[in-house]
Amino acid sequence: MIQEHGLEYVGLGKIDGPLVFVRRITDVGYNEVVEIIDREGHPRIGTVLDVSDEVAVVQILEGTDGLSNANTRVRFLGRPMRLPVSSEMLGRVFDGLGRPLDNCPMPFSGEERDIQGDPINPWSRQYPRDFIQTGLSAIDGMNTLVRGQKLPIFSGNGIPHNRVAAQIVRQAKLLQEDVQFTIIFCGMGVKNDVAQFFVRNFEETGVIGKVALFLSLANAPSVERLLTPRTALTLAEHLAFDLGMHVLVIMTDMTNYCESLREIGTARGEIPARKGYPGYLYSDLASIYERAGRVKGGEGSITQVPVLTMPNDDISHPVPDLTGYITEGQIVMDRELFQRSVYPPIAGLPSLSRLMKDGIGKGRTRDDHPTLASQLFAAYSKVKQIRGLAAVIGEEELAPLDKIYLHFGDEFEQKFLKQQEFEDRTITQTLELGWDVISILPKSELPRLSDEFLNQYYRQDVAERAANKQAGKSDSEAKKVAVPAQDAAKLESDQE
Amino acid sequence: MANSGARFCPRLEERSTVAENGQINPGAKNGIIARISGPIVDATGMRSAGMYEVVEVGSLRLVGEVIRVSGDVATIQVYEDTTGVKPGDVVLRTESPLVVRLGPGLLGSIYDGIQRPLDQIQKHSGAFIRRGEKVSPLDAEKKWLFKPLVKEGDAVGKGKPVGVVQETGSVEHRILPKPGECGTVVEIVPEGEYTVESRVARLKGESGAIYDVFMAHQWPVRNPRPILERRYADAPLITGQRVIDAFFPLARGGTAAIPGGFGTGKTMMQHALAKWSDADIIVYIGCGERGNEMTDVLTDFPKLIDPRSGRSLMERTVLVANTSNMPVAAREVSIYTGITMAEYYRDMGYDVAIMADSTSRWAEALRELAGRLEEMPAEEGFPAYLATRLAQFYERAGAVTTLGGGEGSVSIVGAVSPPGGDFSEPVTQHTRRFVRCFWALDTTLANARHYPSINWLTSYSEYAEDIRSWWEQREPSFPALREEAMEVLQLEARLQQIVKLVGPDVLPDTQRFVLIVAEIIKNGFLQQSSFDKVDTYTDPERQVFLLGLMMEFYRRGKAVIAAGSPVVRLHEMKAVRKLSVAKSTVPNGDKQAMADLRREVGEELEALEAEYQK
Repeated sequence: MIQEHGLEYVGLGKIDGPLVFVRRITDVGYNEVVEIIDREGHPRIGTVLDVSDEVAVVQILEGTDGLSNANTRVRFLGRPMRLPVSSEMLGRVFDGLGRPLDNCPMPFSGEERDIQGDPINPWSRQYPRDFIQTGLSAIDGMNTLVRGQKLPIFSGNGIPHNRVAAQIVRQAKLLQEDVQFTIIFCGMGVKNDVAQFFVRNFEETGVIGKVALFLSLANAPSVERLLTPRTALTLAEHLAFDLGMHVLVIMTDMTNYCESLREIGTARGEIPARKGYPGYLYSDLASIYERAGRVKGGEGSITQVPVLTMPNDDISHPVPDLTGYITEGQIVMDRELFQRSVYPPIAGLPSLSRLMKDGIGKGRTRDDHPTLASQLFAAYSKVKQIRGLAAVIGEEELAPLDKIYLHFGDEFEQKFLKQQEFEDRTITQTLELGWDVISILPKSELPRLSDEFLNQYYRQDVAERAANKQAGKSDSEAKKVAVPAQDAAKLESDQE
Repeated sequence: MANSGARFCPRLEERSTVAENGQINPGAKNGIIARISGPIVDATGMRSAGMYEVVEVGSLRLVGEVIRVSGDVATIQVYEDTTGVKPGDVVLRTESPLVVRLGPGLLGSIYDGIQRPLDQIQKHSGAFIRRGEKVSPLDAEKKWLFKPLVKEGDAVGKGKPVGVVQETGSVEHRILPKPGECGTVVEIVPEGEYTVESRVARLKGESGAIYDVFMAHQWPVRNPRPILERRYADAPLITGQRVIDAFFPLARGGTAAIPGGFGTGKTMMQHALAKWSDADIIVYIGCGERGNEMTDVLTDFPKLIDPRSGRSLMERTVLVANTSNMPVAAREVSIYTGITMAEYYRDMGYDVAIMADSTSRWAEALRELAGRLEEMPAEEGFPAYLATRLAQFYERAGAVTTLGGGEGSVSIVGAVSPPGGDFSEPVTQHTRRFVRCFWALDTTLANARHYPSINWLTSYSEYAEDIRSWWEQREPSFPALREEAMEVLQLEARLQQIVKLVGPDVLPDTQRFVLIVAEIIKNGFLQQSSFDKVDTYTDPERQVFLLGLMMEFYRRGKAVIAAGSPVVRLHEMKAVRKLSVAKSTVPNGDKQAMADLRREVGEELEALEAEYQK
């Protein structure tokens, strides 16, 4: 991909971390590609970050190890970074700049594209509404993914987000048509065995022919990671909007990407915003995430599932925080569920899919889906409250209704959320399971479900069993009155 | 890139000083680029350039604005991606500040941050926005039926219309002379079809100066349009959102902020307000947010019917979309573009509401640009002038008497996206100083899917007192009702602290009843679904009905408990569920359904009262 035109300079002015300063230059454009040839004659690629009459600041994507001020030749190529794109790139493995890593030649390509891409015109976007069935109840039922959405997985170190991502890749399909997704896997700073895990997974399930991998592993220079998602998405755009394919892009791990951005920002002496990350982190992440979507009149789509690990499981850390502000929801992994060996450990409450409302319901999944999901959320949130209370006063002291709620909470986690790694549930199965567990609660606790749905789907027998079970328990117990009413009133005045 | 051949800058002498409108601009002095750092470009030879002058940068003629002049060097923020721009490229001056073009055709349009129509850009460059596109904001071909309101010899005062154009089915566009221009009509065109370029009248001012009045005129975005005087904002902007209208109302000409972490529903609320507010015109500014959200508005609004005019909601809406992946400098200017258009419609005598989503992204654009300019940062890297800029923006809202003597208003609702949902960060804190209405969104409520997730304990509205007399004229009982309901909610919050420690069972029945009523208010009044056809909009009459009935249930329930009834009897009542779902079962204006519900609840209570009567 390196071409031979452009001016060549000998010697560098200064080397500082991943940046080099080239002096006395002419006709150099902003964001232009630079080729640096070191003492041994090996070329390295860089881009221009800042340019004036006298000096160009170049970030070297492959690191500055072994570069010296003298004996280094610099060539400005007079064009921004480009990627030759073609559908023959499927089934292949590339590095972050799009060069083959699998010892095969560069695929033939008739077209080169600027990897920065142009922003999609909001007027030309097609609103995403096609339901994607992932076979995971926690996602399909509660946080539905739709085609053209960007829905990240927020996880922590040690939590099996990669297995969940792989399961999504394996099982994702559209209800109406039996269209397989084309998959682009973009690994940034991931460990070698994580990459191996995905490759093996793709091979075992036979999808490897429809996957293109872009890998910038943990031991690759960190600056290369800045280009990896852009390279991957450039191919995705070609496949989706030129060739009409439905592309699913898995990007892992976005936290590593942001670390690289911080590294470059610090090297340039920029004024940092939060936690040392540059002030433009939001805009920079947006230029990646906003490349998901559909366009009017086009067949294809780009659906993004970025994966990021929250440092110290902190959702308010700048990386998950700014990501959540850009993406259309988030799937949050919960360490507590993971420790109780609930797989997938998808947290009930903080997870959200913003495009769910238009992708589900009558004619798309089932007419009771929206209100059922909303009622499950409300009830589960009450479970969390009651568990807090039970931790203080003990489960035995709870009111009968609260105990029914706890029973619901356990069943919801064990029957609805939990499933096997190779279990592919249909949306109908998911919704029926949802009714199985919500029916544990009496009808009066379900204000969000209409009478019509209650008549149609509510399991009277489940409710009765739950109530009997509860009554049986409380009858056998001696009824204890915890605090007399006067005392509670006194407690209240004490509080004030 | 398709146009890479053209990337090499032509020689200086080949470049003519042709401005956008095709006229030769002999006074223009061109500059030469000395440095490029992202969207910030330094150019030399710009000694005579003015602050905020618009320039065209490089061979692609990217639009930029001068933001600092130091001796010979001007610093320019460029509204488009600067890839490939080189030192030595030319900077072309236009000698004009950044302006918006105001005239018929704004409504129903979608613009980017510098008022380029996105639908026209699509025609030129397809689904992706190419750089250097130059498109006129208003369709120059389209003919509008102009009806004159004046005849030759009439005096036209400042800000008075010379004629009208029916811009959309619901909005009449009044053709105004530029602010400050007035005089005797010396020429007026007859009724007929004209384009936005047409001159429709000539006025002769007192000094003898002749003013040409065109169908459209321009106004610099950073200058507020003049008004005669400010009025006191004492009428509410009815939004149909119960928690807002009843508890935290916004006045016409008021300012409100919606702060909330991600996923708390800021955008959903902005959409609901844009749909149902009883303003005449809505300006929706998508500032650094998601592209799909603008698409949602674009696909949703044309299908929705304005309950007042019976016409499509899109007919009263202007969209300004500068999504997060579009250039950051244009994001900075997009809110000024939006508010200038709003002021223009205000000057015609309309009530305009602006939705700015999100002001935090705008503040971040300021921070990014300030960082590139190597300015000394204040808090969290934001520039020290952040508060001043926020104040300038929010102060452009207001209920006013227009130059022409009419009444109009601009209300601003700004979303704020605090990092980590932490309201102590600079943008939220400064915004709080300049708005009078604060709708704090709450993550816990949002997690339980209680939308709108406005926290009733931390939100406030200073307008509640200002508009009290408006309510008293219409529903004398309402202010008291509102206070009573608020008391129940606050009492409940206190009781919940005990419940958290020892459980609800230990509370006396009167207090447990408070919990039940608070639950009804939360489920049946505060929570509102924008997906339910009946629930999505609640007119003031129905709000009074719903809250009134709930409070009646509370008062009579309290009395019957005092008479000896156990609280369980009230909890078991069918009325509890009926009151909780009435928001979606009793439609606006359905007198029969309201009377039925009132009777049913009343009968159930009477039965219980009869049992415990002494």
